[in-house]
Order: sequence, then structure tokens, then C-alpha cells
Amino acid sequence: MLKIVNLQARIEEKEILKGINLEIKPGEVHAIMGPNGSGKSTLASVLAGREDYEVTGGSVNFLGKDLLELSPEDRAKEGLFLAFQYPVEIPGVSTTNFIKTAVNEKRKYQGLEPLDAAQFLKIMKEKMKLVEIDQSLLSRSLNEGFSGGEKKRNEIFQMAMLEPKLAILDETDSGLDIDALRIVANGVNQLRSKDKAFLVVTHYQRLLDYIVPDFVHVLYNGRIVRSGTKELALELEEKGYDFIKAEVEKELA
Amino acid sequence: MMDATINIKEAFEKTEGVAENLAAFRNENWKVFSGLGLPALKHEEWRYTKIKNLFNNGMVIDTEGSAVDKNFVNQFILPGVASANSIIFVNGRFRNDLSTISSSKDILVVKSLEEASGDEDAAFVSLHLGHSQKYHADGINALNAAFAAGGVYIKVNKGKAVGQPIIIYSISDSSDGFRLSLPRILVNVEEAAQVEIIQTYINHGGGQSLTNEVTEICVARDAIMHYIKLQNEGPKSSHTGTTHIRQLGKSLTHAVTITLDGEIVRNNLNMVMEAEYCESNMYGLYLIKGNTLADNHTIVDNMVPNCLSNELYKGIMDESATGVFNGKIFVRQDAQKTNAYQSNKNILLGNKSSANTKPQLEIFADDVKCSHGCTIGKLDKDALFYLKARGISAENAQALLLHAFAIDILNQIKNKEIRTYVESLISERLSFSI
Ligand SMILES: Nc1ncnc2c1ncn2[C@@H]1O[C@H](COP(=O)(O)OP(=O)(O)OP(=O)(O)O)[C@@H](O)[C@H]1O
Ligand SMILES: [Mg+2]
Repeated sequence: MLKIVNLQARIEEKEILKGINLEIKPGEVHAIMGPNGSGKSTLASVLAGREDYEVTGGSVNFLGKDLLELSPEDRAKEGLFLAFQYPVEIPGVSTTNFIKTAVNEKRKYQGLEPLDAAQFLKIMKEKMKLVEIDQSLLSRSLNEGFSGGEKKRNEIFQMAMLEPKLAILDETDSGLDIDALRIVANGVNQLRSKDKAFLVVTHYQRLLDYIVPDFVHVLYNGRIVRSGTKELALELEEKGYDFIKAEVEKELA
Repeated sequence: MMDATINIKEAFEKTEGVAENLAAFRNENWKVFSGLGLPALKHEEWRYTKIKNLFNNGMVIDTEGSAVDKNFVNQFILPGVASANSIIFVNGRFRNDLSTISSSKDILVVKSLEEASGDEDAAFVSLHLGHSQKYHADGINALNAAFAAGGVYIKVNKGKAVGQPIIIYSISDSSDGFRLSLPRILVNVEEAAQVEIIQTYINHGGGQSLTNEVTEICVARDAIMHYIKLQNEGPKSSHTGTTHIRQLGKSLTHAVTITLDGEIVRNNLNMVMEAEYCESNMYGLYLIKGNTLADNHTIVDNMVPNCLSNELYKGIMDESATGVFNGKIFVRQDAQKTNAYQSNKNILLGNKSSANTKPQLEIFADDVKCSHGCTIGKLDKDALFYLKARGISAENAQALLLHAFAIDILNQIKNKEIRTYVESLISERLSFSI
């Protein structure tokens, strides 16, 4: 589904991704962990198409297409979704109107008729239940004045509405209380299927108890330095990143 | 006197003797105009707005009333407000014969300014007509005043609420050449009266036009006055207009100015607060493209204590359009406990677009709360990316953000029909619909 080969990217002359290799197959859940500033969000942003980053090398294939050639909006319409680490507040635009525009643009891209008001409402109600989000929140300006947890839940709601093939969740668990964490994880688990995949960026093993990953990778200093199964996450939780950093330094020396 | 105004002089002389009651006012102002001439760029108040260059010898001025009928007028009536009070100006002259007053006479009185200055309203007219000149002592104001005999007088009687809005249409016919229209409006909102006044402008005929208008509105104690100015004439239409509002007693005024098109558009809006506990709200949206210049100059004059004013103007400049905002707030020495808030926000879309914004606060009292702020920027990149990352096209993402930017001004239009209409104009402009 997604094949990243030797991906390198920089921002303002600063190399951040220094050769990422990663393959994700349909149905799989991959977790990416790693210390602050290691490049996790950068990887997520580059995949989603943020123009601030300059890709200096490597390739990304998504469902047979050269992902790096597509505009951000076409990436989304092809089935890529990024749940932002820091969702943007947009005054004056309600989540409902925004998501309706997004859903219908995607349908148009797929050659489908736009949803009418009733159809849209029905689907929206279902997905709202899934992430236990309130109507009043969705009629407010997008993310404006939302609590941290509400913003994250809104991201998952949007994901549910757009039904992506590959969803990248960038620290969607950060700042969530126990109940919200369970709700978000439930939302993800209900969307899991054999043709959908997830890339979950997290700092906490806790989330991986709910969303059990097939693979865990450690991103450090712009590279994936370790890959393993969910046991790797447990080991990191126990020992911290120092042992990995030490190993990497030794290898480089 | 410069050459470019020879035909204006001819027109003035032609209308000599037509007005009896207003003859002195006319002559006095013609003298002022002749003395001052048209404001040049070095005039501080007109430095961005090259109004003088528009004037030329080919300008056509109506001196006796154009031969048009109601059918001609009907094509310009705004959607959804067919039962409103329609006051019609054609080529700058009030046309009683073409106007439709749906409210009853004991609520609303509409007559020519010349008539009003000779009957029971004469004292009011002589007291208030021309008051705006205290704030705009320039040739543009005086030029309008010299032709005031073609104007209208509107009175909302004491304690009455006008159920239907008053819509003043200024129609300029530019098919015979560069049309110069000089509409003059004096409104008397009596004690505890309530009214909604809407002004809009039409350039018919495909030629150039300049509407130089003065609207003076007096609002008495306990009255509520809502005002909307809607400008969407077209790229060959210019406008210099002053809306001068005096709050003579504790009252509420609310003004919304929407500018969507034009060549050179200059709006002066004055709120003169002459009684304690007045409230004024001033909102503006200029959404312009092409070579349009929209220049909004506002004045809030706090003459007495305890008044409140809120002001928010927003601009979106596409292509080579220019937005100008100048907001003056005067707080006189006696005007303690004044609350005055002002904000101007601009978004530049076009590479050649620009914005000039200048708050001008002159505060002579010490116990006041005044704030002002202005921004000029581009659309928020992070917001655009967020929308695009959800599959929304770049064009729609931009439209969504611009609509969101404009919406707080649109929401200030209290009249539902007019709001719906303006929204449709804006959605069309932004190619936006959800
Ligand atoms: N606009 C920018 N300009 C300069 N440096 C940047 C910019 N954006 C990111 N960086 C740098 O790139 C590096 C990687 O940042 P990134 O956000 O990808 O880290 P992360 O792994 O997601 O960290 P965290 O766990 O704290 O979210 C950091 O050192 C960061 O300071
Ligand atoms: Mg991050």
C-alpha cells in the first residue's frame, strides 16, 4: 500500500529526514516512536504534502502512484489521511460544513454524486456515535476554543467520515484522558479492516494496549533505527531511548 | 475655476431660480466649491484617492429630471424586498413620482428637500442640513451641497417603528456620457422611532459614472437606526459619499458598509455622539478585485461622557485592488468614560493588491477605554494546508477561509432579505457554495 524508499527531506536548509525506509501493507498497523524532534511529525507532514518541506531524495509509492507528485488534496482524495498533532483552529468555518465539503469533493473525485443533506446527516450521526462527539461541538467553528481532547476526537471523527485507506495519526493520544483515549482507540479499531492501514505516531505504550500494532519502529535523528513487534514498545517504555541512542552512536563510530 | 468643472458650472447656473427655499444654501455652497475646488492628492484626507482626476468636461449632469418610468426603475429593485419603501434617485435627483412608500403617512414622511425647507420641517432642515461640512470642509462636500435642491427629506415620526425598510436607490444613467450624480438625503429619526435605512447604487448604460452623495441622519432620544450601504456598481462607477449620523439623544445606531465593486470608492462615515449613553456600531466589508480602490474614512466623535462605539472593518483585496482604511476617534475633554473600540483587518490575495490602514485617535479625556488594531496579511498557510489535507481543493479552501473571514460582517446585516442577497453576491464572487 505504502512504500517509502530512502526518503530525505529538509526545511530551511536543515536536513530532518535522512533516509527513511518503510513498507506498509493493507490491514497492517505500524507504530512509530522516537524522541522529541526526531522527525516523526516531519515524516507525517511530508507524506500529507505540506509544502514547507523540501524532499531532497527518495521515493514514496502509495497504491501504485507516485505520492510525491500529487497535491495534498489529491493525496487525501486517493485515501491518505493525517490526524494532525496540532489541529488548526479555523474561525468562521463549522466542522459540519467543512467536512461536508471534504466528503463531497472526494465523492466527486471518485465519480460519485454528492450526498444530499439527509444522507450526509445520517452518515454523520453514525460517525458521531462512533467517536462519542457532540453535535454542538460540530456546529461550532472548526477547533476554535476546543479543548485538546476535543480537537483530537474531532480528528478521528473526520477520519471516520472520510474513510481513508491509510490513516496517519500523529500523537492523537497526547493530552487525552483515559476515557477519551479509549474512545479514540475504539474509533480506530472499528475502522480497522483488511484493506485499511494505520501509521500511529505515539510516545506511549499505553495507546498500543488499545490499538495493537503489527510493527513498531523507532525513529531517531531522521532515520528508522529499530523495527520490531509490539514487544519493542514495551522495552522502550521500560528502558527509555538511551540504550537505542547508545547503540546507534556505537554503530556510527 | 479649473476647466474640468465648466459643465458643472453650467449645470449650476441652469438650476438657478428653481429652488426658492434652498437658494441661499445653494449659493453659499457654490461659493465654497468655487473657492476650494476639488481635493488634490496633497490634501491629507484624499492622499490615496485620486478623485480630482476623474473630473472632466464631458460629465453629464441632470438639471431637470430624466425621462424614465417605473418600468425602468423596477429592474433595479433588490430581490425579496418588493414591499419595502423604495426611494428613487435618478441621476442624482430625488424622484417622488418613481418612489413607492408602503408605510403609512403617520409613520413615515418622504418629500423633496426643497419642500421640507418651506413647511413645518423647515426649522429642522435649516438646523441640520450641511452639518457634515463641519467634518468635511472640502470641495466634494460643497459640490454636493450646491445641488441639494434635488434631494430628499425623510422623517420617521415620534414613537413609530417603520415595519418595512427604507431602501434608497441611486440610479445613474451613463449611456449619454460620464454621469455625475449628486444625491442629497436628510433623515429625521424622531424620538423613540425605529428604522432601517438601506442605500444602494446602480450604474445603468455601460458608461462611466461618479456619484457624489451626502446623507445626513439625525437620531433622537431612544431611537434605533440601522443603516446599510451596499456598493456593487461595476468597474466604471466611482463614488464619493458621506454618511453623517448625529446622535442627538441617547440612542442606538448600527451601520454596515459593503463594497464589492467600483472604480474609485470613497466612503466617509461619521458618528457624532452628542448625548450621553449613546451606542454606535460600525461594520464594513470591502471585497474587491481588478483595479478597484475602496477607501473608508470613519469618524467617531465623542462629545459627551459615557458613550460606546464598536468598529470592525474587514478587507479582501484581489488582483490589483487597493483598500484604504482611516479610522478617527475623537474623545473630547468632557467625554469621560468613553468606550471606543476599533479594528481593521485586511487580507491581500493579489500580487499587486495593497492595503493602507491608519487608526487616528485623538483623546483629550483621561478616563476612557479605547482600543485599536489593524492587520494586513495573507491567508493563513496552516489553515489552508489543513483544509487541503482533507481533500478540499486549493480554490475551495481559499473560498472557505475568505467566507469565514467575511462572515462576521455579513452577520451584522440585520435585514434577512438583504443579508441573503449580499451573501449570494459574496458566494458568487468567491465561487463558493456549501
Ligand atoms: N519550520 C521549521 N523550521 C526549522 N526547523 C524545523 C521546522 N519544523 C520542524 N523543525 C525541526 O525538525 C526536527 C523534527 O521535528 P518534528 O516535529 O518532525 O519532530 P517530532 O519527532 O514530531 O517531535 P515531537 O515528538 O516533539 O512531536 C526538530 O528538530 C524541529 O525543530
Ligand atoms: Mg511531532
